[in-house]
Amino acid sequence: MYYDVFISGFGGQGILLAGQLLAEAAMEKGLNVTFFPSYGVEMRGGTARCTVVMSDNEIGSPIVDNPRCVIAMNQPSLVRYQESTPPGGLLIVNSSLANLDDVKRQDIEVHGVPMSELAVELGNARLSNMVALGAFARLSGSISSDEIAGALEAVISERNRSLIPLNERAIMEGVRYAGGK
Amino acid sequence: MTEQKRILVKGNEAVGMGAIRAGCLYYFGYPITPQNEIPEFMSRELPRHDGEFVQAESELASINMVLGASAVGVRSMTSSSSPGISLMQEGLSYLAGQELPAVVINVVRCGPGLGGIATSQGDYFQAVKGGGHGDYRVITLAPASVQEMYDHTILAFDLADRYRNPTMVLADAVLGQMQEPIFEHGDVPPEPRKHWTLTGAANRPARHLKSLYLKEGELEAHNRMLQEKYREIQKHEVRFEEYDVDDAQLVVAAFGTSARIARTAVSRAREKGLKVGLFRPVTVFPFPGMRLCSLSERVKKFLVVEMNTGQMVEDVRLNVKGDTEVEFYGRPGGAIPTPVEVLTQIERHY
Repeated sequence: MYYDVFISGFGGQGILLAGQLLAEAAMEKGLNVTFFPSYGVEMRGGTARCTVVMSDNEIGSPIVDNPRCVIAMNQPSLVRYQESTPPGGLLIVNSSLANLDDVKRQDIEVHGVPMSELAVELGNARLSNMVALGAFARLSGSISSDEIAGALEAVISERNRSLIPLNERAIMEGVRYAGGK
Repeated sequence: MTEQKRILVKGNEAVGMGAIRAGCLYYFGYPITPQNEIPEFMSRELPRHDGEFVQAESELASINMVLGASAVGVRSMTSSSSPGISLMQEGLSYLAGQELPAVVINVVRCGPGLGGIATSQGDYFQAVKGGGHGDYRVITLAPASVQEMYDHTILAFDLADRYRNPTMVLADAVLGQMQEPIFEHGDVPPEPRKHWTLTGAANRPARHLKSLYLKEGELEAHNRMLQEKYREIQKHEVRFEEYDVDDAQLVVAAFGTSARIARTAVSRAREKGLKVGLFRPVTVFPFPGMRLCSLSERVKKFLVVEMNTGQMVEDVRLNVKGDTEVEFYGRPGGAIPTPVEVLTQIERHY
């Protein structure tokens, strides 16, 4: 098993937390994993990206050219990274903030998920990263939503533990929107 | 061994964890990206272990505080990134001259000058050839994973004490910032007894730690002794790793993050039926030149991959047999070579 993914969006959307959660879940599943973030220039409104590689073999490069999946949480990420994924790859777009009409690729699987709107409906726009991971779990088949939700405790700081059930709901909402279990 | 739990940590945190495990009690440093998680970690953890964290006024101060701590025999360290490490070169020379152990972590970023905060391997020459003045060497470890960031930090304390020599962990921004699962495994070797520390001369003859030798013949003897020590290090401490070199027609040589990128490229080349291997120096001083020399009796072509414009490649050329072809591929500071790029180079030179 080998799977790699870019998660990209605005700083403040929880891009790095989403990547860390995915990495933690992959580790708890017994896989090898690397998580590489953009760093140093993170700020709200700037661009944040991370790369997660999961494998049951030893992982070589944490740097990836052409990930199997791109999760584009905003318009600039869609424009910039839709070309990265190879033919047959997966593009998951936050259709609340990125325009699906700007998808140029015909040779990849594209799914629009209104992540921000679904998150707002759940009560907090900041849950959009969890909705994204739910959709990713459902569509990539690389890891299950339960495995992702199971890792929440390890990455969410103690003072925010009470928010774990809400985050779980957001993950399940992503699963549901992307086609259900 | 009891089954241990893997934990997901950032490379910089793994350095801090390794240092605490090795019994480091004093950290001196000045902030710089991309290694700030090291001082952050040490400022939080050292007080819990009866140690001290000091944010110095500069890197020059940091390295000299390490020198002072070392002189009284306690384990101490500093960490920085390239521009800060340049400022420490004078101190490293004095540490080497006085034969004082010290652990220095360099999470390399791109230069020259302030350069940028992205990753690079542009400090190879500075690290392995002795970046300060005088004829000295720094033991230099080149981790390629978060696990090795942890392991090499522990090893650096051990080697520094055993050889009474400054020891550097030559990492880079990718290794500092990436997260991977690690085991906090391994026994830490006992700290050697230090018969040379300056702890007060009551009831014993005075000791001296100095690097100034003015008497006729004294300095040459001191330098010869240092060189003898470096030869011992070369004899006993060379470490390297190899993948798929046994039947290889082309061997890629790379250290640190470049080796990780090359590893993926080598696997893809193998999938295409190309007989390609990977040679990774784990210590870059001492450099595994003897092993490269013996490999070159069979392998006629090497491709060196670095995140610089060609530094370790000089050590590879120096060590392989005369008729061996040594090709180079690198990206200078500001860019990272990708697995696809390296694979293209493998196919080109195969």
